[in-house]
Amino acid sequence: MKNPVYILAIASLLLLSYGLYQGMVAAPTERTMGEVQRIFYYHVPSAWVAFLLFFVNFIASIWFLLRRNPRVDALAVATAEVGVVFCTIVLVTGPLWARPVWGIWWTWDARLTSTLVLWLIYVSYLVLRQFGTGGQTPVLASALAIFGFLDVPLVYMSIRWFRTQHPQPVIGGGEGSGIHPAMREALMWNFVAFLVFAVLIVFLRYRLEVAEREVESIHAERALTPAEARRNA
Amino acid sequence: MSQLVAVARRTLIKDLRLEWRSKDAINSMLFFSLLVVVIFSFSFDPTAEESRRIAGGLIWVAFLFASVVALNQTWARELRNQVLDAYRISPAPANSLFIAKAVGNFLLVTLLEALMAPLFVVFYNLRSIGPEYQLVLVTVLATWALVVNGTFFAAISIRTRSREIMLPLILFPISIPALLAMVDATTQILTGESSPWFWIQLLAVYDVVFTTACLMLFETVLNAE
Amino acid sequence: MDRNRRPRQRYRQQSSVLSSRFSVLSHRHDTIHLDYSRVQGAIELVDVVRHFGRFAALRGISANLDSGKLHVILGDNGAGKSTLLRVIAGLLAPTRGRVAVLGTTNLRSVAPQVGFMAHAPLLYDELSAMENLRYFAALYGIYDHQRCAQAIRSVGLDPELTRRVGQYSQGMRQRISLARAVLHDPKLLLLDEPFSNVDVHSARDMARLLGGMRDQGRTIVVVTHQAAIMEPVADESIVMAEGRIVAKERGIPVHLLATQGATR
Repeated sequence: MKNPVYILAIASLLLLSYGLYQGMVAAPTERTMGEVQRIFYYHVPSAWVAFLLFFVNFIASIWFLLRRNPRVDALAVATAEVGVVFCTIVLVTGPLWARPVWGIWWTWDARLTSTLVLWLIYVSYLVLRQFGTGGQTPVLASALAIFGFLDVPLVYMSIRWFRTQHPQPVIGGGEGSGIHPAMREALMWNFVAFLVFAVLIVFLRYRLEVAEREVESIHAERALTPAEARRNA
Repeated sequence: MSQLVAVARRTLIKDLRLEWRSKDAINSMLFFSLLVVVIFSFSFDPTAEESRRIAGGLIWVAFLFASVVALNQTWARELRNQVLDAYRISPAPANSLFIAKAVGNFLLVTLLEALMAPLFVVFYNLRSIGPEYQLVLVTVLATWALVVNGTFFAAISIRTRSREIMLPLILFPISIPALLAMVDATTQILTGESSPWFWIQLLAVYDVVFTTACLMLFETVLNAE
Repeated sequence: MDRNRRPRQRYRQQSSVLSSRFSVLSHRHDTIHLDYSRVQGAIELVDVVRHFGRFAALRGISANLDSGKLHVILGDNGAGKSTLLRVIAGLLAPTRGRVAVLGTTNLRSVAPQVGFMAHAPLLYDELSAMENLRYFAALYGIYDHQRCAQAIRSVGLDPELTRRVGQYSQGMRQRISLARAVLHDPKLLLLDEPFSNVDVHSARDMARLLGGMRDQGRTIVVVTHQAAIMEPVADESIVMAEGRIVAKERGIPVHLLATQGATR
């Protein structure tokens, strides 16, 4: 099934290029922060894409626990991994933005901190996947993923409240409120571009995972002689 | 339903008896949290005013790490001699085991808190400005928040390759909202600066959400092999 | 058979052949109930496969174990004996295939009638024998102390003993473990290497006890690699190697006594 990959790859390329143009050229320069603000067009869409991927991971985990379909579990792994990557992008672009503008590398503002906690939760999911022994890992990891996602609204609420109690500088200003329409347009284009790109990468990772499992299963089925079995085990 | 409660009760009594005889968990917990208190007191030398601000964080960090010790121990006990197999093969409901373990852990950690709290008061010259009953409420809700997820994740992590190390790795990130709530609520009560009611409500919501999730998923997790 | 077809598709072919042969099976949701007029077995295994990653522990086990008999499963280490027993016990789900115990594939539902014993004692070291048994009895809804005491006496030990089980010898611990396994009067008893590290005297006693239980009408399955101990009481021996059943005999024939059980 090569076709989806080619279509997605070309679409990603086109959209990302257009998004780049939108973000770097077409969008107007921000009044107070200058050119540095353009990182916003990478920072925010990455966050949305990461969140969407984690949501897909949540659904896949529930589905896996109900139906035990190994392909669904492969999707869960893929979305978690790519989601963590996009989350990392958010956490890296945040300081890159904050430093020139406010002179500080990190601020424990609500959005950035929430993203950090999200990152921690899903990295712990990947660690569990890595260190789980044997066939039970998908089930245990799915349970963790469900807990992790249920936690997300609590994370946001708690950090937000904490920040209203103890205010700090906010990276990125408003969440699109009071944002110039041309900026909003650039933001949306980049969101679509990142989304299509994420789908491409998730699809590739999913295929890889399914292939790996198939190889394992074939090894197990094929192992006929004791010597072969010992070599493969 | 009555079977669920009856088996849970029996399992809890059995666990408490085991703990009383071996004192595995309680000894390590006590010693650990004592160490934490002492080491922290080297790093901070606060005035009474300052100590009220930081005590919340210190106390809960100490309890959090001490709880991890208890959580690991109570499951490790079931893996010795493969005795968990005997439970799994019986018709006893899985959730009874969970409830018994969670309540047992709750009692252990509460005992620890009762023993350690006076120590904190002494070492940091603490005196609460806000009402004490709120501290008790926060403590109960916060302890349950740590223990309910901790019991669930300990059951998961004790069967992985890195066993005891895995528990903090998967427990702490998910507990962050609860940790934030318990630390800030404690600080707010001690300093008397603002009302902790939002945090108390958040802890209650956290407790309800995750207790439900644990009860729904524990059987699946217990029987994963 | 087309080797280029993916394993999943190949299996689908096989299973349709099997289900036509086992037309006695009727379906209700996911539980399959066996029609006892055709089938006698206490345990029914249909092409049971279990993979651990790349390692195939069970490679298509099909067998019918009659009720009321003492079956001994023999084989070297790594043959898959323990894995098979755990699958029958319901502790381990098979990767593929069907397991029916006491007439149903819903193994949870027959849990009150199944007893299990492993070479680990499945007991709490810090409790006494009676305390252990009383706890496990409660799991089966049994609150009768006399029954626990009786079970301990039936394995040749004193229920008044208050010493912690952790201080017993291995032979005594395995006896208590057997008492725990039969406490709830199970129809089916599964034992995984019950004699390892046990002194010969206790082992022979236990074998005799198992024979007595079989005479009461229970079905017993013993996994061991010490054939000689079970020889006096065995009705059937099943030999496993590399995840498959390679022989099924009545009793334990002499040639098996020679090859199975010399080593630990």
